[in-house]
Amino acid sequence: MSPPPIVNTVNLVRIYQDGGVPVPAVRGVDLKVEAGEFVAIMGPSGSGKSTLVHMLGGLDARTSGEIWLDGSRVDTLSESAWALLRRRKIGFVFQFFNLVANMTVADNVELPALLAGASPREARERREYLLGELGLADRADAAPAQLAGGEQQRVALARALANRPSLLLADEPTGNLDSRNTRDVLRLLGEVHRDGQTIILVTHDARVASLADRVVSLLDGQIVDDGAVGPVRRRPRASAGDVVELRS
Amino acid sequence: MRLSLLALLAKEPAHGYELKQALEQIFGRAYPSPNIGQIYVTLGRLEKDGLVKAVDVEQSNRPNKKVYYLTAKGREALDAWADEPTEGPRVRDEFFMKLVLAPMTGIADRTALINRQRRHYLALMRDLNELAERTDRGDRVALLLIEGAMLHLQADLDWLERCQEDLP
Ligand SMILES: Nc1ncnc2c1ncn2[C@@H]1O[C@H](COP(=O)(O)OP(=O)(O)OP(=O)(O)O)[C@@H](O)[C@H]1O
Ligand SMILES: [Mg+2]
Repeated sequence: MSPPPIVNTVNLVRIYQDGGVPVPAVRGVDLKVEAGEFVAIMGPSGSGKSTLVHMLGGLDARTSGEIWLDGSRVDTLSESAWALLRRRKIGFVFQFFNLVANMTVADNVELPALLAGASPREARERREYLLGELGLADRADAAPAQLAGGEQQRVALARALANRPSLLLADEPTGNLDSRNTRDVLRLLGEVHRDGQTIILVTHDARVASLADRVVSLLDGQIVDDGAVGPVRRRPRASAGDVVELRS
Repeated sequence: MRLSLLALLAKEPAHGYELKQALEQIFGRAYPSPNIGQIYVTLGRLEKDGLVKAVDVEQSNRPNKKVYYLTAKGREALDAWADEPTEGPRVRDEFFMKLVLAPMTGIADRTALINRQRRHYLALMRDLNELAERTDRGDRVALLLIEGAMLHLQADLDWLERCQEDLP
């Protein structure tokens, strides 16, 4: 028997109540992700991307439907059981970072590894590696408030990867980055992907999405497209250099 | 290509093959490699319009080669080009026509058109990523050209999303 998908949602629905008015944010999503896949989720603002990944990480409760992780049903878990699951196998990067304000950058990144039972030395080495890869080695002793938005965002990614989670959920991890920092993040994600970790990432950035194995598009809380990024369908005569068109 | 050839000739006189090499060297992999025939055709037209002139240079053991140089009129055209603001990129109007008209006539479904176009943009983006990977870090002109193409693609994709939201 083949292993169960790492993520499987069945008719997943989330309806918020906004002053008595129901706001359907996710409307019947069936999403299967196999272990090791890199999936990008795209879609207009308000299409339900954050809501969906929050539910996959147990950070928001579903209204109806089912969520299965690694073959176990999880939408019925208690908060504390979710906390344990996240600590063991899920890394989460929030759209708005959520760093612990009164801890240094280094401590923010080491904390999840320590909570998961890593030795202080392992946690430190992992932190040094991750901050180094993201060009933040010299910011380790800073407080989050002293960092630029793009730096906080990279710290949030380092924190999410501290545990080598089998599932990385990331909400706009490059939203505040310039192209050089985006390149660092892409390189690190590439490594994480090659190591066999599963990545589900919300992004507006086509550069990021184009590296995924598969792109899922949401519109009004529903999946409207789901498929691999294939080869370019070229017109006859075109060549690789024609990707860039200079006007004459 | 007319004006890039004029600009190169403003630097120094050259023959067709040298111009081809110069373009390739300056713009690197990101530039669609100009074919020599096109270059000679363009030079011929420039000559006819009085913007360049050619002299025959004798070569030992080979046919003469034509070396082109800029005329005063060519210099003026080049100055006018440099002084003018350049047209911005136009939107993909062909796709937009398809998007608006095809569903009305029942030829195609709008969601399917948008999905296909999105996948196409993402595939182009992946090509650009690979092109950037293969390009030498020190080749700034080529890398900037690729980055420019990426930013344009991103804008096309954002606009696609707007179409998806606002067209019924
Ligand atoms: N806590 C909440 N209470 C009420 N409505 C909410 C809440 N969170 C989200 N919504 C609504 O649910 C819908 C989906 O929101 P969501 O944050 O998932 O969108 P998104 O795709 O992540 O957008 P963006 O690209 O702007 O981050 C929106 O209409 C939003 O206003
Ligand atoms: Mg969001």
